[in-house]
Amino acid sequence: METAITLEIDGKEVKAKEGATILEAAKEANIEIPTLCHHDKLAPYGACRICSVEVESGGRSQVVVACGYPVGKGIKVKTRSPRIDKIRKVILELIAPMLSDGGMGAVKRLAEEYKADVSRFMPRFRATPTRCILCGQCVRYCSEVVLLNAIGFVGRGTGRRVVFFPERASGYCSTCQECFSVCPTGKIGSETTGDVFSGFSIDDYLSGKMP
Amino acid sequence: MPRINSASELEKLRQEIRKKRDPKKLSIALCSGTACLASGCESVNEAFESELSKQGLEAEIALRRTGCHGFCERGPLVVIYPEEICYTQVKPEDVPEIVQSAKEKKVIERLLYVDPVTGKKVKREPDIPFYKNQQRFVFGPNRWIDPRSIEDYLYIGGYGALSKALFEMSPDQVLEEVKKADLRGRGGGGFPAGKKWEETKSAPGETKYVIVNCDEGDPGAYMDRSLMEGNPHSVLEGLVIGAYAIGSHEGFIYVRQEYPVACTNIEWAIKQAEEYGLLGENILGSGFNFRVKVHRGAGAFVSGESSALMSAIEGKVGEPKLKYIHTAISGVKDRPSNLNNVETWANVPLIINKGSEWFRSIGSEGSKGTKIFSLVGKVNNTGLVEVPMGMTLRQIIYDIGGGIPKGKKFKGVQTGGPSGGIIPEQYLDTPIDFDELVKLGSMVGSGGMVVMDEETCMVDTARYFIDFCCEESCGKCIPCREGLRVLREILTDICEGRGKDGDIEAIEEVAEVMADASLCALGKTAANPVLTTLKYFGDEYEAHIKEKRCPAKVCSNLINYYIDPDKCEACMICLRNCPSEAIQGGKGLVHWIDQEKCTKCGICYQLCPPRFGAVVKLSGETIPAPTPGKTVVRKKGG
Repeated sequence: METAITLEIDGKEVKAKEGATILEAAKEANIEIPTLCHHDKLAPYGACRICSVEVESGGRSQVVVACGYPVGKGIKVKTRSPRIDKIRKVILELIAPMLSDGGMGAVKRLAEEYKADVSRFMPRFRATPTRCILCGQCVRYCSEVVLLNAIGFVGRGTGRRVVFFPERASGYCSTCQECFSVCPTGKIGSETTGDVFSGFSIDDYLSGKMP
Repeated sequence: MPRINSASELEKLRQEIRKKRDPKKLSIALCSGTACLASGCESVNEAFESELSKQGLEAEIALRRTGCHGFCERGPLVVIYPEEICYTQVKPEDVPEIVQSAKEKKVIERLLYVDPVTGKKVKREPDIPFYKNQQRFVFGPNRWIDPRSIEDYLYIGGYGALSKALFEMSPDQVLEEVKKADLRGRGGGGFPAGKKWEETKSAPGETKYVIVNCDEGDPGAYMDRSLMEGNPHSVLEGLVIGAYAIGSHEGFIYVRQEYPVACTNIEWAIKQAEEYGLLGENILGSGFNFRVKVHRGAGAFVSGESSALMSAIEGKVGEPKLKYIHTAISGVKDRPSNLNNVETWANVPLIINKGSEWFRSIGSEGSKGTKIFSLVGKVNNTGLVEVPMGMTLRQIIYDIGGGIPKGKKFKGVQTGGPSGGIIPEQYLDTPIDFDELVKLGSMVGSGGMVVMDEETCMVDTARYFIDFCCEESCGKCIPCREGLRVLREILTDICEGRGKDGDIEAIEEVAEVMADASLCALGKTAANPVLTTLKYFGDEYEAHIKEKRCPAKVCSNLINYYIDPDKCEACMICLRNCPSEAIQGGKGLVHWIDQEKCTKCGICYQLCPPRFGAVVKLSGETIPAPTPGKTVVRKKGG
């Protein structure tokens, strides 16, 4: 570590490489920050916001996501605080209804730690639980690591979802299946067997019948 | 047209254009802004063309199709110069009379605007109260120019500021002037434009970009659109001046595809400016080069966010990026990129022409200059208004907007679009500027102003804005996407009578986390309409939740229609028109509603003649038992 930057995380002095993120620096120092959409092989994405931390720099305190915020000299990071714990608790409560049909494992441990009531918003939930939290790891893995772009997002807002692009998926997915293992809720692996792609029409893909 | 190669050649050309034109000559301006197009100005134009040709007057009377004048409520608008006689709501059949009277220097009384306050007819456009109380420096020229004619723009002094900047000022001086003017961004947060320019200017890297944001998408807002459509050269001139100050040689104009006239007019303006040597290589012979491309956006509200807009320009999905570095330093293709909104750019030539001192003399302490607002909703004079910052909401809504229609009571005004809030009556005297509105939990935003009267339910309104964001969020981060979803469910439940204890607290907690943890400003501000209505109209939420009552009588699950037997004249209108055959009674028999059959469509309420006013809405009250068979006692001997 030639150009080391010294910062403070939870009162502890930590050294990190220039350009590293708070999440990387914390990991080096054995300080745990929870994540749902982060993957070591992928570029920071910042979608789940569960890794939110408080950063104090130049007398100003703000909430940032650890996976994307670069370390800076002398910054003070708080990975736990009433404000941060509340953010994590509510995020877990918000995403839980999507997992009411399975895949809750990904958030269960965190829910206990942050005293999140995973059933809080379930009675109000009118959408179909998709078992997908739109962390985008499958999409980004396919694009950034496998370089195939066979899976992607369609729609926006509350209508956003992940679909396989049939033209590409039919050619590659049955033999690749690497996204199965990156999916934190196990959705893709559980609903997709290797040969399923040929049996679906383009309408199935687009209507969401296809995972 | 041979290109212009120096400042003096530009002035020479301007003089030639002015010499050719007689300011006293009779001319007709037909507003062809979006609203007037919608109210039929196209056929009025055809009528003018055929009438002028029929009478062989094409050379004598110039017909000019201009951009939006602003008084959209009364379109199509026609203004006769040089007297500036303004005719409102003109129909094709009025055209021969207009041409005839213009020739004879007469005025058609029946087409003049009548001031509802004094009852007097107003002859000249500038004397109409709607315009009289405005200061239209940026938007005003719209009414004099044909947006497709660069000569019109040159005639009113166009590109003079560019020439001044290029030949009399250094880039640093231009930047300094804009900084001194304290011009704040007109697109949303009001960030100082000069500071942003400076950040891009001093950022490392040879290639820098300047960008126009015309992704306006707030419900009810159309000021950027109307400026881009009506005076594209003013935006372009501002952009080139900015590029010169910043040291940029390449720019983008992001216009949403749903604004076809804006797209066409700016492309037209670019082509003309290139031909005239006002854009491209060696502008006006100064040695400064600048090229610009139009990027047609595929229509997404979130693309107005700077990093999302820049992703879109790069050809990617318009989604906000995770970045803790300003786009001013690392934007399009990771290069320094300065983004300003349409209206901000259009202010730049004014500042260079008239100086920062002049600009600072207009407006409030913290917000200088004027601001264009799109005044819509329950207000008499809807349209686009430009006023100095610091004018009060009351002045805009009552003096310019003419108050609330049908004698109804004002309830609130939504400013700043889905990121803004709803301001209640007790703050009507608040001066409008960037800082004052934030103090009230709202914001100036890009300038949307939706007026609401007493018949507006604030819970339902909050739900409308949340619904809008549910569709328009990119859906990338959890707090925004799922937070909005939960807010929508809770608000829907409250509106439909399923609200319960703890709902308000849940809303507040979710809203707080959205504001704290969302990826971009859309999510951080999306709960503002809910938070402001909770703050100012909390009793309405309480009534919905606890009493299952909608005080404004809007939420259909919480209201019932009822026919007052003492007022019903048994006219059969509602009875015949009820689609669910819920209205009972008959000829000579007082009508009554079978509540079991009623679907609450409200047709009876709308059709009951106002002189009877027998159909009423009830909420939270017991519905009096019907009186079948009751005969009508005619009140007027009928």
